[in-house]
Amino acid sequence: MNRTSLAASLAAVSHAEWIKMRTVRSTVWALLLTPLVSVGLGWLVARGLRSGFENGTAEWRGSFDPVHWGFYSLTLGQLAIVVFGVLLVGGEYGSGTIRASLAVVPRRGALYWAKVLAGTSAAFACALVTAFVTFFVAQAAFGPYGVSLGAGGALRATVGACLYLTLMCAFAIGVAAMLRSSAAALGILMPLLFLGSQGLGNVPKVKVVLQYLPDQAGFVITQVIPPDDPRFARDYGPWGGLAVLVAWVVVALIGGYLVLRRRDA
Amino acid sequence: MIEVENLSKRYGRTLAVDRLSFTVRPGRVTGFLGPNGAGKSSTMRMILDLDAPTSGRIRVNGGRYRDLRDPLRHVGSLLEAGSVHGGRRARDHLRWLARAGRIPESRVREVIELVGLQSVAGKRAKGFSLGMGQRLGIAAALLGDPGILVLDEPVNGLDPEGVRWIRGLMKSLAAEGRTVFVSSHLMSEMALTADHLVVIGRGRVLADLGMTEFIERNSRSHVRIRTPEPERMRDVLTAAGARVRQADDGFLEAFETDAARVGDLAAANGLTVHEVSTWSASLEEAFMRLTAEATEHRAGAER
Repeated sequence: MNRTSLAASLAAVSHAEWIKMRTVRSTVWALLLTPLVSVGLGWLVARGLRSGFENGTAEWRGSFDPVHWGFYSLTLGQLAIVVFGVLLVGGEYGSGTIRASLAVVPRRGALYWAKVLAGTSAAFACALVTAFVTFFVAQAAFGPYGVSLGAGGALRATVGACLYLTLMCAFAIGVAAMLRSSAAALGILMPLLFLGSQGLGNVPKVKVVLQYLPDQAGFVITQVIPPDDPRFARDYGPWGGLAVLVAWVVVALIGGYLVLRRRDA
Repeated sequence: MIEVENLSKRYGRTLAVDRLSFTVRPGRVTGFLGPNGAGKSSTMRMILDLDAPTSGRIRVNGGRYRDLRDPLRHVGSLLEAGSVHGGRRARDHLRWLARAGRIPESRVREVIELVGLQSVAGKRAKGFSLGMGQRLGIAAALLGDPGILVLDEPVNGLDPEGVRWIRGLMKSLAAEGRTVFVSSHLMSEMALTADHLVVIGRGRVLADLGMTEFIERNSRSHVRIRTPEPERMRDVLTAAGARVRQADDGFLEAFETDAARVGDLAAANGLTVHEVSTWSASLEEAFMRLTAEATEHRAGAER
């Protein structure tokens, strides 16, 4: 197959993947829930912190990172976009659609990368809206303590939050492709993502390892003021953390590709 | 045309397909007959490159399935396990297939009408009856107007009207010069639709012959004769208008005659006969007999 026809077929297959994801309710809902949860919860968290702020010590106020805390709701919002990524692939196996997909597109690499492309593109659009709206809503809810997008590091954190969500979705696609089942993938990803909210990443002894988990590393991109509490400090900076997440994504996507390539459908 | 050559497939310790070789030719309905678990679905999945053969090879229109350009335009398939997401509307299922297969979207409406799903095309597939699901699967198979159809148990779950419809459809597709390869575990179903039969049991080809030949050999009653003078007996019977063939177990099988006439002819010609018996079998019995041995072997192997 020459390059033009390969490109044409990749375009056709990506378009087909786009049709697939918007014609099933579960994937549409997962994608819609991402901004809803992130923005709604972001607003609530900021409102709560604002009252704490008003009664807090000067020291506490000085180390407070409104940008990071404004994005705190993404730790829950990300669950929805991860579910989206998982369903995109797992739904094919659960329903047997994978057989129809491979019968139409027997070149497994073409099918896989078209799916990754379509899935992450949709996730990126969703993440872009989520990140910016969450930022503005949360900062508005902080009232006088909020910052503008022009504040130091705020734009980087917001763009970073968008990349973070997109990468988490890509990671989920890769994991689901490796495990070939929504249930199995969610069974691994959900506990993994709750480790973070359980704060295990801050326990000194396990932190050495846990700080390199995909979400723990990637989410640092939303920090503007490095935490002075050593428990929250990391061995890498914001971009370093995002690079760790990118490494996880690359490994997961390649793993998913190899599984699809080798296994019987 | 589908050419299967020395195909084997092993799942773990089970040898599901064992050195299968046969050719599915265009212009006729080829029935792929065998009991459940004989390896029919595995073979069909391998034809579509969904499962990789352990050894052997398959050529579809002369090449590998994965090398076909726009495979949906060459091969339409209906797989037994189903391949439709229940949360998707029937029309949407056909739309993404058409898009991925680079088939004009207008074709979606055509196949929906062709299989008679107009009234439920906007409904989600999980609400479908088995029969409606089969019709949707057949619509998907016909989407690319393919020259080859691979249908795994297409009559499953269809109501009598649906069964009649699919029989007619398969025959007309073959009459248009297409290759129609259809599996079933029911001999009676094959007898009504297939022009050619490939019978498998325990992953191996047990028979590969025309339907007419299969019926001739198996369904009509015939007389089985054991004699130390087979050549003379054959001449005598043939001269009397019977059709005679040598069976694998040394018996002579005489058609278009009966036991009394064979006895009379033997006496009149002074022929020694050790056994004369009448055999009549239905197609279903013939099929069972053919596959019984293979099944027994497997039962023995599993013990």
